[in-house]
Amino acid sequence: MIATIAFYVFAVVLLVAAAMVVSSRNPVHSVLFLILAFFNAAGLFLIAGAEFLAMILMIVYVGAVAVLFLFVVMMLDVNFAELRSGFQRYLPIGATIGAVLFIELVLVVGGWSIGPLSEGARFAPTPANVHNTAALGRLIYTDYVFLFQAAGLVLLVAMIGAIVLTLRERKSSRHQIIRLQNSRTVAETLEMVPVSLGANINTLGIYRPKVTEPEEVLADESDSEALLGHHGGGSGGAGAHHAPEVR
Amino acid sequence: MNWALAIPEIVLSVCGMGILIVGVLRRQDSTFLCSMLTLGAFLLAAILSVSTVQGIGYHGQFVIDPFSGFVKLLIIAGAALCLILALDYNRKQRISRFEFPVLMLFSVVGMMVMASASNLMTLYLGLELQSLALYVLAAFARDDVRSSEAGLKYFVLSALATGLLLYGISLVYGFAGTMDFAQIARAASDPVHVSPGLVVGIVFVLVGLAFKISAVPFHMWTPDVYEGAPTPVTLFFGTSPKVAAIAVMVRVMVHPFGHLTDQWHTLIVIVSIASMIWGAVAAIGQANIKRMMAFSAIGHMGYALIGLAAGTAVGIRGLLVYMVIYVFMTAGAFACITAMRRNGRSVEMISDLNGLARNDPALAGAMAVAMFSLAGIPILSGFFAKLYIFLAAVQAGMWTLAIIGVLTSVVGAFYYLRVIKVMYFDAPAEQFDARSPSLTFVAAVTTLFTTFFFLFPAPVVGAAQAAAQALFG
Repeated sequence: MIATIAFYVFAVVLLVAAAMVVSSRNPVHSVLFLILAFFNAAGLFLIAGAEFLAMILMIVYVGAVAVLFLFVVMMLDVNFAELRSGFQRYLPIGATIGAVLFIELVLVVGGWSIGPLSEGARFAPTPANVHNTAALGRLIYTDYVFLFQAAGLVLLVAMIGAIVLTLRERKSSRHQIIRLQNSRTVAETLEMVPVSLGANINTLGIYRPKVTEPEEVLADESDSEALLGHHGGGSGGAGAHHAPEVR
Repeated sequence: MNWALAIPEIVLSVCGMGILIVGVLRRQDSTFLCSMLTLGAFLLAAILSVSTVQGIGYHGQFVIDPFSGFVKLLIIAGAALCLILALDYNRKQRISRFEFPVLMLFSVVGMMVMASASNLMTLYLGLELQSLALYVLAAFARDDVRSSEAGLKYFVLSALATGLLLYGISLVYGFAGTMDFAQIARAASDPVHVSPGLVVGIVFVLVGLAFKISAVPFHMWTPDVYEGAPTPVTLFFGTSPKVAAIAVMVRVMVHPFGHLTDQWHTLIVIVSIASMIWGAVAAIGQANIKRMMAFSAIGHMGYALIGLAAGTAVGIRGLLVYMVIYVFMTAGAFACITAMRRNGRSVEMISDLNGLARNDPALAGAMAVAMFSLAGIPILSGFFAKLYIFLAAVQAGMWTLAIIGVLTSVVGAFYYLRVIKVMYFDAPAEQFDARSPSLTFVAAVTTLFTTFFFLFPAPVVGAAQAAAQALFG
């Protein structure tokens, strides 16, 4: 009873959210609805007893993809209303393709026959007394461990490839050299100035941070200042950042 | 579960990660060290893949038999030759980075997995691993527009082909109910009642693999990628990945789909004929020698496919011998192309070879041997390669294929001989820069193999025979 109610609640919210994803004018709202849809789909998976899939859906989609997508939408500033402007113009061809696909689908479903071995594969029972997370784990990490490791290698190669093609060593980049930063002593950077009692601080003159208007950040700031920062790398990140103000 | 079957792959991958760490941690330029370590890892993997026990492991996903051993050795040999050539070329082109050998190594791991695949998933992952590394290698000279273009073009088209392959695999899985080769063979054992969906799946798998060996009509990427990629990478494209892809094609067609020969046979014949003809005709107009070699590769894949079309153990033996000889003669030709540098810049027009025989007789000799062999002139190895293939075709009663093969060989001989004519009879152009010892080494090894193959064909042919038997046995 409760499961049925929960199913209908999740299903209805899922459908409404999915409809809102495509119909909402504001892309940010679309993404938020998408996240809502993911949550409800996860709920449906839970009811179906596939708690592992539910967790994966939450962690992977809600956690990573949706947030990433939100970032993309916010940063790209795409004008979605403009994208939709061609809707009427492309409607006939779109409808034709849709109709063809639909007919294909009908034909495929009409001529459905199940292969001799797929019957067994389709109804492969979950091993008795084993949690379905554990059963999946056994499949991935024991039965298919070779493929799993091969997929890992594919990802490693992708990472190496991205680094090879894009990483450029810049002379002007400010590296933090922790060794130099740690070996910095007080004596190198600060000076003790003896101040006699009652002396006028103005005549002695000590360095104090200037109070100025914040400078506007220029695009090519990295060139001149970064060089300076690089040479003075020993004084560490914080010192380098304050350098322009002291100057 | 017998995990020890995959020891060559495991050792090679672990070596690759170790080399990566060495390269990252060393402050100074470690390309040379990493390349040498990679060559060592190749040697180790080659020894291991000869000596591992045979059998099927990892729940039927991975197989070691004489066929996979043969193919793996050839893949490693091809990759090692490319790496030796790249050592000097990359330094002179200022693209020398330690990731190069590492990427090559992982690509080889992928190809070895392909050679040992006995499950469509293993096949797919091996293929992905090798292609992904190849995309990056093609674009390795990232400041060169043509290289970046080659990488991008190869990436987009190859991704499309992989998509088709994957679609085919999913159809096969849907209609056969399994991805295991032995079980697919069982599901498809009755050719009369085979479901059309399965046949469509086979066609898509075939298309995906035909793209990887650049057979017509899936060859469009080849000339541009060959031209744009750095020369040693071009050689790499021409050798190991082709060997791996054609090997996996042979295994898939002969083993799981072996009962459905009638369904895919015509397709292989058409692709083979189209490749031979297009490879011979389109190469004639090329002025760039790397483009010419691209069309040459297309043609040679057409000849090799005759062996598969014959569908017999003799045919597969011919195909394997062909691939061995092809790898070595292509490596010889590319060693000479890599030597084409003038004033510190790489030149790649056929006209740049003008009168090479007078400037550098040794190099011209090596190039001439490679070209004669590619054309199939007797006593050089290329002749025997074609001989074994045509023999198998005739034995299988496929006269049409054999005759078209001979005719296109004659047409193809024209553009190979043109290169020789340019080198020996034209007025000498400016001299090339001095060639490096590593390049001379590759040229010498391949030229010796190509020239004296006819004296000692027994080891290669014998091993190919055993490999082909294993597939049919």
